[in-house]
Amino acid sequence: MQSLTLSFLVIFALAIVGYVVARSRALYVADGDIRRLVSLPSQHALNVAMSTAIPPLAAILIFSLYARLTDGQVSWLAGFVFIALAVTGFALSMIGIKRETRARNLAERWIMGLLIFASTIAIMTTVGIVFSMLFETRNFFSQYDWRSFFFSTSWSPNFRGDSALGILPLLWGTLYVSLIALIFAVPIGLFAAIYLSEYAGPRLRSVAKPAIEVLAGIPTIVYGLFALFIVGPGLRDYFAAPMGLGDSALSVMTAGLVMGIMLIPFVSSLSDDIINAVPQAMRDGSLGLGATRSETIRQVVIPAALPGIIGAVLLAASRAIGETMIVVLGAGAAARLSLNPFEAMTTVTVKIVSQLTGDTDFASPETLVAFALGLTLFVITLGLNVLALYIVRKYREQYE
Amino acid sequence: MTTSLLTADARTTKRNKAEARFKAYGLGAIILAMVALVFLLGSVLGNGLSAFQQTYITLDVTLPEEKLDKSGERDLAVMSKVTTIGYAPLLRDALIAAIEAQGIETTLSKKDIGNLISKEAAATVRNRVLANPDLVGQTVTFDLLASGRIDGYFKDRVTMESAALDSNTSPEALMIADALKDAGMVATKFNWNFFIWADASDQRPEAAGLGVAILGSLYMMAVVLCLALPIGVATSIYLEEFAPKNRWTDVIEVNISNLAAVPSIVFGILGLAIFINFMQFNQSSPLVGGLVLTLMTLPTIIISTRAALKSVPPSIRDAALGVGASKMQSVFHHVLPLAAPGILTGTIIGLAQALGETAPLLLIGMVAFVREYPAAFSPDAGLFGEPAVALPVQVYNWTQRSDPAFFERAFGAVITLLVFLLIMNAVAIYLRRRFERRW
Repeated sequence: MQSLTLSFLVIFALAIVGYVVARSRALYVADGDIRRLVSLPSQHALNVAMSTAIPPLAAILIFSLYARLTDGQVSWLAGFVFIALAVTGFALSMIGIKRETRARNLAERWIMGLLIFASTIAIMTTVGIVFSMLFETRNFFSQYDWRSFFFSTSWSPNFRGDSALGILPLLWGTLYVSLIALIFAVPIGLFAAIYLSEYAGPRLRSVAKPAIEVLAGIPTIVYGLFALFIVGPGLRDYFAAPMGLGDSALSVMTAGLVMGIMLIPFVSSLSDDIINAVPQAMRDGSLGLGATRSETIRQVVIPAALPGIIGAVLLAASRAIGETMIVVLGAGAAARLSLNPFEAMTTVTVKIVSQLTGDTDFASPETLVAFALGLTLFVITLGLNVLALYIVRKYREQYE
Repeated sequence: MTTSLLTADARTTKRNKAEARFKAYGLGAIILAMVALVFLLGSVLGNGLSAFQQTYITLDVTLPEEKLDKSGERDLAVMSKVTTIGYAPLLRDALIAAIEAQGIETTLSKKDIGNLISKEAAATVRNRVLANPDLVGQTVTFDLLASGRIDGYFKDRVTMESAALDSNTSPEALMIADALKDAGMVATKFNWNFFIWADASDQRPEAAGLGVAILGSLYMMAVVLCLALPIGVATSIYLEEFAPKNRWTDVIEVNISNLAAVPSIVFGILGLAIFINFMQFNQSSPLVGGLVLTLMTLPTIIISTRAALKSVPPSIRDAALGVGASKMQSVFHHVLPLAAPGILTGTIIGLAQALGETAPLLLIGMVAFVREYPAAFSPDAGLFGEPAVALPVQVYNWTQRSDPAFFERAFGAVITLLVFLLIMNAVAIYLRRRFERRW
């Protein structure tokens, strides 16, 4: 580790020195007359600095990954190699400073390399997500039968072994909470969007639209707290207990209701864009034939916008399925298959959190199951997103 | 039967009613959403504002030399051997003396009277004495934290009825507190320490603060800013200005839009598997938290940066190219500065998102109980390597405690978080209004 830090310092120092020296050397080569140079001194300087720093930094990156894979230590020899690389780059580029050198092109080639590298980080993230989960999921399935994971209806992890780890109760809880959330969010969001784009005057629009969007900017932990301390006890005391449906403050209804509030701005702003994209001529045609505004909306605007709206709903559903903090604080931890929305149930995300926090042992199926759950979650949400994008793209071009 | 345009027939009336109903649904939806927002913010404020107030007891405490510094040499090494257990009786005796001086009669045992004062108060006094050994032998006036129940009594969380059922306090204790308040010795005032102190154990909610959490969040924001901004801008420049239209760039684009919709907890799993298990970075460190949040906010920053780059008209690029700039120069010298306000706005919004994110941080071990302020750099742990918590995670931690005094703190922490977010978003809106150019 020490040799790495040292190499970093040497490389950066050399790059800075290179920048300064190359500037004056370029001027020196031109005998002090900048007009004799093809490239500006600063471009020569940039080229030297980058030729010095980038190859060893790339080498350090590759080498430390390799060392991690093979559990090796970074020795002083490696540090020596890095510094040698830096010195070589420094010397070669310094020798390359001549009057006719096209330093701008050389420097820009390095910058281009950096830009391309940056753009691959997004790819590497996805690869990292998929691989980290696939790897541990494979470990999990080597210890636990995949059929009982996917088809068993009982979830009772037991750290002494002999646990039942069926995903069905968790999936049921996830879908139930999401369904309730969508039942609240979709009508409210859709009607809000319709009203804002078709009826509202500029005054109401300028107040209501930002206000609804504030809901989208509130962190989910705040919604979770709201569910746990305000909505949960409220629902229990005024609905569940009087109706004899249960006495649990944590419930599917609590989490679903609060998640519905969270999703309102999501549905409404997406639908708003889509409704606004429907050409005005279609509305005018309908109104001209004598339809009222609501008839126009129901029979012309909504059908035209339907693919986009379905896409928005699917995106909202994917959000709801992947949401964590609201269900951790609002839905409870008991895995059960029940139809009563006022009972506590649990979701996939809650169980990922509970299996991976605290003392974790990466050899036991009780911990590894979290990765299988995560992969399932990833696949479901990815599928919904791809489907949503597909629907939106396929039908959007109709009116353009 | 004659028909007239002036009298609506049955069908028209029906249609008009349907129209009015439809409009009412729309308005109702908006009102519902607004009510939800007001109710949410109102209940957060209503439950959390009291966290910014704290009850203190003002006491004259005698600091006897024979108890605190037997040698009499004011040697810090010797004096620090007296632990908080040695200080607690002094505070208790001071309180008993004060109660007697006020002429308040009580049947409460000495121990129960001592419980009026927070367990943290002894540590406060001890730190003051160790910082200034000359205080020993004098009688000094201290503002001491009252215990959580007394604090709760003055905030209407604890009542006489609930105190009667509570093993940690009693109605008599509350009556003493009332009498002391009448005597001006107990006061509830603004609690700056809420933003400074670290988290506290289960028994002393009155001493719990957000100091470590704010510091941890700050470190993570620094990591996110230093990584996500350059990487995001570089990616956007490549994709928007240079990338050839081919399958590879298509893959990158689809990938980025999909990453934006991946549930945040999946990023937590990634962080746990890659950064902690594989790369062996320290658990619960702001570095790992920052890296995970960087990956999470990258898509947001890339999407807004690309929009900002796209809004710069091609004529700017053409003009630069026309006077001999290279493509790279036209981008870095002209397009990027013109797109900077948009990029900055997008970055701030991305940072605000990252600041409020909780789920991935739970998985990388930031739920740990941390009392020490993390250092930005330490030789053992490296850069941002010391354990810390983050603001939203602190909220979660406090919801998991048994003492209801922590719930008020959780809401207080949420208010703090929302104020930070409000400031960030206000800055973003200001930047957009001030610098946005329409071409």
